[in-house]
Amino acid sequence: MDRDKIVLEMNNIGKVYYGTRVLKDINLSIKAGEIHAILGENGAGKSTLMNILFGMPVIHSTGGFEGEVLIDGSKVDINSPFKAMKEGIGMVHQEFMLIPGYTITENIKLNREITKPNPISRVLGNKLETLDFVQMDKDAKKAIKSLDIGIDEWTKIAGLPVGYMQFVEIAREIDKENLKILVFDEPTAVLTESEAKNLLQAMKLISDSGIAILFITHRLDEVMEIADNITVLRDGQMVANRKKEETNLVELAQLMVGREIEKVERKVNVDKSSVVMKIKDLKVAMPGEEVKGIDLDIFKGEIIGIGGLAGQGKIGIANGIMGLYPSSGEVVINNDTTLKLNNPKESIAKGLAFVSEDRRGVGLLLDTSIELNIAVTAMQNNDKFLKKYGPFTQLDTTGIRNHALGFKKELDIRCTGVDQITRRLSGGNQQKVCIARALTLEPNILFVSEPTRGIDIGAKKLVLDTLVKLNEELGMTIIMTSSELAELRSVCDRIAIICEGKLEGILKPDDSDADFGLMMAGEYKKLVGEEVSNNE
Amino acid sequence: MEQQVKTNTKSIMKNDIKDFLINNMVTILFVIIGYLGFRFSGLTLPFFVNDLISRVARNGFLVLALIIPVLAGMGLNFAIVLGAMAGQMAIIMVVHWGFVSWQGIILAALIAAPLALIFGYLTGKLLNKTKGQEMITSMILGFFANGIYQFIFLILVGSVIPMNNQDLILSSGVGVRVTVDLANNLRYGLDNIIRLSFPVSLLLVSILFVGVNLYRYINNRKAPKLNYNKTKTIIALVAFSLTTLWSLSIIYSPWLFRSSNILRTNKMFNDITIPIVTFLIIGALCLFNVFITKTKMGQDFRTVGQDMHIAKISGIDANRVRVIAIVISTVLAAWGQIIYLQNLGTLSTYGSHENIGMFSIAAILIGGASVTKATIGQALLGTILFHTIFIVSPLAGRNLFGDAQLGEYFRAFVAYGVIGVSLGMHAWKKQIQSKSLK
Repeated sequence: MDRDKIVLEMNNIGKVYYGTRVLKDINLSIKAGEIHAILGENGAGKSTLMNILFGMPVIHSTGGFEGEVLIDGSKVDINSPFKAMKEGIGMVHQEFMLIPGYTITENIKLNREITKPNPISRVLGNKLETLDFVQMDKDAKKAIKSLDIGIDEWTKIAGLPVGYMQFVEIAREIDKENLKILVFDEPTAVLTESEAKNLLQAMKLISDSGIAILFITHRLDEVMEIADNITVLRDGQMVANRKKEETNLVELAQLMVGREIEKVERKVNVDKSSVVMKIKDLKVAMPGEEVKGIDLDIFKGEIIGIGGLAGQGKIGIANGIMGLYPSSGEVVINNDTTLKLNNPKESIAKGLAFVSEDRRGVGLLLDTSIELNIAVTAMQNNDKFLKKYGPFTQLDTTGIRNHALGFKKELDIRCTGVDQITRRLSGGNQQKVCIARALTLEPNILFVSEPTRGIDIGAKKLVLDTLVKLNEELGMTIIMTSSELAELRSVCDRIAIICEGKLEGILKPDDSDADFGLMMAGEYKKLVGEEVSNNE
Repeated sequence: MEQQVKTNTKSIMKNDIKDFLINNMVTILFVIIGYLGFRFSGLTLPFFVNDLISRVARNGFLVLALIIPVLAGMGLNFAIVLGAMAGQMAIIMVVHWGFVSWQGIILAALIAAPLALIFGYLTGKLLNKTKGQEMITSMILGFFANGIYQFIFLILVGSVIPMNNQDLILSSGVGVRVTVDLANNLRYGLDNIIRLSFPVSLLLVSILFVGVNLYRYINNRKAPKLNYNKTKTIIALVAFSLTTLWSLSIIYSPWLFRSSNILRTNKMFNDITIPIVTFLIIGALCLFNVFITKTKMGQDFRTVGQDMHIAKISGIDANRVRVIAIVISTVLAAWGQIIYLQNLGTLSTYGSHENIGMFSIAAILIGGASVTKATIGQALLGTILFHTIFIVSPLAGRNLFGDAQLGEYFRAFVAYGVIGVSLGMHAWKKQIQSKSLK
C-alpha cells in the first residue's frame, strides 16, 4: 500500500441552502491510511461537508454544491449514497443503522447478502437465490476479528452494549471490499470512556490497513490522541489545517470558537447580593439533553447565558425547571420558596416563564390565532382574560384583542392582523408571539431557549434587542440558552458552559476564545487543573 | 462475563414455563375453549375429525396466504378479500365456459393469477401511501372493492358484458345469480383426484415426520446447530410415534380389538377419506413459505418489516418489496379461494369472499400469530382451533343452554370476537413482556 497516495481530494467545496451560505472554499486532501480529524462547533458545517461527500439527497434536492471531489486522483460525481458506497466511501452513522432482531452477521451483510443459486432462482430470477449463511458468517467473523473484539457473529444485536453496536457498524463498513475512506460522524458521543478508548484503538487498526479515516468530532483530546492531520471549520469556512505535531489543545480550542463579537451596549443592573434563583444538584431526564447534576446561582436582574455543544444538556435545564421533563434536585426562588419540580403549573405560579426552543412543537398552537396564543397560558394559569358567570366562564374577547394589539405594536409583530393563525408567520414573528405570551404571565424570571434559531439575521437582532430592553426597563432576570456562543457573548453578563450534563465553568463574555473552546470541549477543568498542580 | 451468561440461562430456565404460558396465552385460551366445547357438544370423535379435516383442507391455504405480508411488516392483510374476488371471477368464467373437474380448477387458477396480480399491485401501491395504517386501509379497501365487484356482477354482466347462460344469469338477463352451484362442474375437483382413508394418510404423515425428526436428532447429536431445539425434536418424535401406533391400531383393529364400541369407532375412522392433493398443495405452500424466508427476497421482506428506514438506507427499495409481498399474498389468496369453493361446492356470488379476510385472520390470530410475527405452525394450528370452535360451538350451545340460537351466537362470537380478544391479549402480553424487561 502506497502511503503517499492521495485517496480523497475535495477542492473549493461550497454550499448554499436557500440563499444562506453554509460552506465556502473548503479544501481537503487525505492520504491512504491517514486519520484526518475535522473539528468544529455545531453548525460549523461539518455535517454538510460529510453529506456532500456521501451524496446525501438533502444536498442534491437543494441545488447541489460547488467545487469538485476527486477519488484516487480522478473526478467523481457522487450523487447518491449508493454511488458513494460504490466509490469506496463508508460511513459510521451517529445513530446506529442496525436491525435489533438480526444477528451480527445479518446486519453486517445487510442488503449485501451472499447468495447461491437454486433450481427455482434459475427460473424466476436471482432474487430467489438462497442465502449462503456459511459464507456470510465467515466474512462477518473476519471483519470482527480485524477489529480485535471478541463477539460471536451469531449474537443478536438486541441486548448488545452500545459500544459493541458501534463495532458492528464499523465491521459492516470494513467488510465492503473496496472501502477506501471511512467517515466517523461523532462516534464517541454515545460511548462510555472505555468504549471510546476501544474505538480509537480500532480506528488505528483500520488506518494501519491503509484505509483513510475522516473523523468528525468536537472532542479535542481524542483528536490529539489519534489524528494525523486536523482541519478546523468555523461558520462554514476552513480556518486552519494543522499537522498534529504543530499544534496543541489550546490553539485548537481557540481556532474552533474564535470570532468577532459585537457587544450590545446595555445598562447593567445586576444585584450581586440577591440570588433570585438557586439551583442545587439539578438532574433532568430529557432524552438527548440529559442534565446530570448542576449547581448554579442566578442573580437578580442579570442576563445569564447557558452555552455548550448540542446534546450536552444545556437545553435540559430550562425544560427541567419548567416541569416539562422529569427532574430532581432543588430549586429555590428568592431565597425563601422551594420550587416543586415536575409541575409546570407550579413553575408558572412561582413567576417563571419559558420561551421554548421547540417553537412549533411546544411553543405555539400553530392553527390558533396570534391573540389566543398570547393569552392562552395566562388564561389557563392566572385566570386572566376570562369573564366569570358562576361556575361558567367565557373568553374575554375584547380584553384578549386589546392585549394582543398592545404587544403587536410593542414587539413589532408583522402580521395581517392578530387573528391570523401562527402557522403562517415567519420564524422571527413566531418567536415574538412566544415572547409576548411569556411576558403576559408577568414573570420575574424568563427562560429563553435558542431564541434566534431558524430566524433571519435582521429578526435575530430584534429578538435580542427585545430581551435586552426587557432586562433594562423591567429589571427582568433572563436565563438565555443558546447554541450560538457569539450571541450569548453579545448580550449576557455571565455565561455558564455545560458539558456532559454538568457545569464546566462560568465565563465572562470577554474571556478569551481559547477558554470558551476548551470549556465547550470539556478540557478546561483538566487543563487548568494540571496548571494548578504544575504551579505547586 | 461467562459467569453472568450462566446465571442468565439458569434464570431463563426457571422462567421457562411462565414465559411459555404468557407467550402462548391466546392459543392456550382457545385450546381450552375448544376442548370444553367438544366435551359439551356430545360429538363423536370420528365425526368431529371428519368435519375438521374437510374444513382445514378448505381454509388452510387462505390462512397461509397471510404470512408473507406479516413478514414484511405490513400486518394482517385484510385485502386478501381482493384475491378471493379474483378467484371467484375466474370460477364464474370457467363455469360459464363449461370446464369441469381438476382441469377446470387449473384453468381457474391460471385466469385468477393475472387478475390477482393486478389487484395486489394496486393494493400494494395504496398501502405504500398509507404506511403504518396498512390493516385498516386493507380492510376498508376490501369493502370498497366489494362495491365494484357487485357493480360488475350485478349490473354490468348481461348488460354491458355479454353473457348468456341460464344457469348463471338471473332470469331478468342481467346480473349473476346469488348462488352458483358448482356440484356438477368444479366441486371436489381437487379433493377427489386422490383420496386415501384417514388412518392410512395419518400413518404416512406420521412416518414421514418420525423420519424427519429422527434425522434431525441424529444429525444434531454430536454438533448441535444453533436453531436446533432438542426438547422440541424429542417431543415431536414421541408424538408422531404415538400417532403412528394409533393409525396402525385403527387399520388393524379387527385383529386387535374385541369391544364392539371400539370397533365401531374405528370403522368410522376408516370410512373418513382425506383429499390428498389438496393437502399436498397446502404442504407445497408451507414449503414455499419456508423457502422464501431463506432467499434474498425473504431477507428483504424481513429487513423491511423490521425497520423500513434502515432498509432504505442500505439500498433496499422498500416500496417495491412491500408491493411484492402484497402481490404474492393476493395471488395466493385467489388460489386459496378456488380451493375453498371447490370443497364447499356452492359459490355465493356476493357473499363468499366477504368473510374470508375476517375468518382467516381470526384463525391465524388464534394460532398465536400477531401483527408482527406469524409462522406456518401458527397458521395451521390456528386454522385447526378456529374450525374446532366453529364446529362444536352451536352444539355445545344447544346442550348447555337448550337453545341452538345461542350456539349460533357463539359462532358469530368466535368469528368476530376472536379478533378482538386475541388482539387485546396480544397487547396485554406485550405490556407484561415490556414490564418484565425493565
